[in-house]
Amino acid sequence: MNNPYLPYPVRIESMVTETEDRNLKTLKLVFLNPEDEQKFKYTPGQFAELSVAGLGEIPIGIASSPTEPGFVKFTVNKVGKVSSYIHNMEPGEVMGVRGPLGNWYPWDLLEGKNLVIIGGGFAFTTLRSSIVYMLDPANRPRFGDITVVYGARFPGLLLYKDELAAWEQRDDIRMHITVDGTTDPNWKYNVGFVPAVTKQKAPDSENSYAIICGPPIMIKFTLPVLTELGFPPERIISSLEMRMKCGIGICGRCNIGTEYVCKDGPVFTLEQLSRLPNEY
Amino acid sequence: MTEIYIAKDKLPATIGKLMNEHLVYGPVFEGQYHEFIELKAGDKIDLAYQNTRLSPKGLFHPHSERMCQFSLAKDDPEAGIVKEAPKDYSARIILGIRPCDAYAFRLDDANFDTPTIKDPWWTKRRAATTLVGLGCNQPCRSCFCTSVGTGPFDPSGLDVLLTDLGDGFLLQAFTEKGETFARKVPDGEPASPAARQKAGALKQSAEAQLGTQFDPKAIAEKDMLELFNASFWDEVQFSCINCGTCTFLCPTCWCFDIQDEVNETQGNRMRIWDSCMFPLFTLHGSGHNPRSQKLQRVRQRFMHKLKYYPDKYQSGVACVGCGRCVQHCPVNIDIREVARLMSATCVCPA
Repeated sequence: MNNPYLPYPVRIESMVTETEDRNLKTLKLVFLNPEDEQKFKYTPGQFAELSVAGLGEIPIGIASSPTEPGFVKFTVNKVGKVSSYIHNMEPGEVMGVRGPLGNWYPWDLLEGKNLVIIGGGFAFTTLRSSIVYMLDPANRPRFGDITVVYGARFPGLLLYKDELAAWEQRDDIRMHITVDGTTDPNWKYNVGFVPAVTKQKAPDSENSYAIICGPPIMIKFTLPVLTELGFPPERIISSLEMRMKCGIGICGRCNIGTEYVCKDGPVFTLEQLSRLPNEY
Repeated sequence: MTEIYIAKDKLPATIGKLMNEHLVYGPVFEGQYHEFIELKAGDKIDLAYQNTRLSPKGLFHPHSERMCQFSLAKDDPEAGIVKEAPKDYSARIILGIRPCDAYAFRLDDANFDTPTIKDPWWTKRRAATTLVGLGCNQPCRSCFCTSVGTGPFDPSGLDVLLTDLGDGFLLQAFTEKGETFARKVPDGEPASPAARQKAGALKQSAEAQLGTQFDPKAIAEKDMLELFNASFWDEVQFSCINCGTCTFLCPTCWCFDIQDEVNETQGNRMRIWDSCMFPLFTLHGSGHNPRSQKLQRVRQRFMHKLKYYPDKYQSGVACVGCGRCVQHCPVNIDIREVARLMSATCVCPA
């Protein structure tokens, strides 16, 4: 029997500091046993437990795309014991990855649809996975227009800056990068909060789905904008966070009503959430 | 179904014989309470007991258990790699378990043994175990098994049911494992019609004593959000001190924490019972806590047992009516009263 609690051993290939506040680092991990990579078949939107022997595990969204073979990427915010330790690890060191866990963005439903991706702060990791996945030449024809609104408090807090710049140059994805404020005279993108920029750019809701991930305050003020633009709750998709341990719906702590965020989520539509207790 | 009668004076020899081939667990009086322990020569199994204080869930899901192990030794080429920990899955018999507690394992199976994910330790221990139950001739005052879909002689969670007839036991085998067990009881004699009749009367009398104390179906028919937002939770939670006693004693509370423990260069990943009564249970790394308030935690426990579980698995409630939480709650919160509030026709604001 396959033991769902046993992490796959991985080696840190590289570690990149993403933000000026140095709180976010992206790890590129390579499986020690190539056959484990075959078993770790994931879909954008899923997460995994990063494991450090002696300290424990943390649930983190998968930032790489299945179209990028050979490694998996995670962007880790420095918060507690495990994440702080990981921040001080070095390339070559061994840790563990357990997963993939949870559900994913509903790619079957999204086929043939326009997509509006709205992200804020460091909640852009599975959104990066999704964008890279959709922009893959094999996948791009499966989707309609792709619009991205991505905001951070200031330019130094944006993740994946090189990729953002590269996506800006493409004509098959519409990028609206924004910051709450900046003193940089050379800043060439938007200034303004994510809800305001979403309203201003007014992506068409016709035949469209919205995926929204970010801090609660951003989600709170962006949802009315999406409703105004004509997105019904069943076409607004979000991904939730929760304290987790097992990640497989057994240890009992991450439920919202009947649903375990780790197993039945983390991806829910606004329509699904409206039928659950407001306890998240 | 095999039905045999075994006289009480022949029981010790039979148990001794079973102990030669299996691990045998039974209720033993230790300190102030009965507990299930692995029987060794000389241990006195007490089949006249009422029930154990702790539910026997620990025999499948121990209070703390090593899940995995690892080395952190600098010179170990496999340092930091988390590995399986060896476990003992020898065949075992649990003797004298109450029907409600055995039925609880079936409810817990929905959590540990799903079509897609199987908890390896729970499922292997379940497979290796024969459950030999003991019917309740005299239910406790806090018992309410007949209100929640089981009963004092319910064999549905058992392989074998024993009924105490005074001078001996009626032994009924209900499963393949049960039949195998019955073949290992050499001192049995064919059950007489009188013995069967007496067992039937005991069952009827016990069930009549318990009656129906609330109606879980009325809760099932209610809207989840209506119950969640009901005003009575404020009253229910008022006296709760969040001690977690109810969750530790409950046979259908399975929640656990995962923690790493290291001694010098060797470490273990452990799982340890946890409780929805504790704020830390749901505390995010960011400091946010979706159940920071006592009311939210108390509501979670009752909603999980009586509403979320039945809704999620399209089954009965996740409570077997053993009454442990009722008996041991230091502030006298009674799940039967909460269930009556939840099933009342009107949960509108008072």
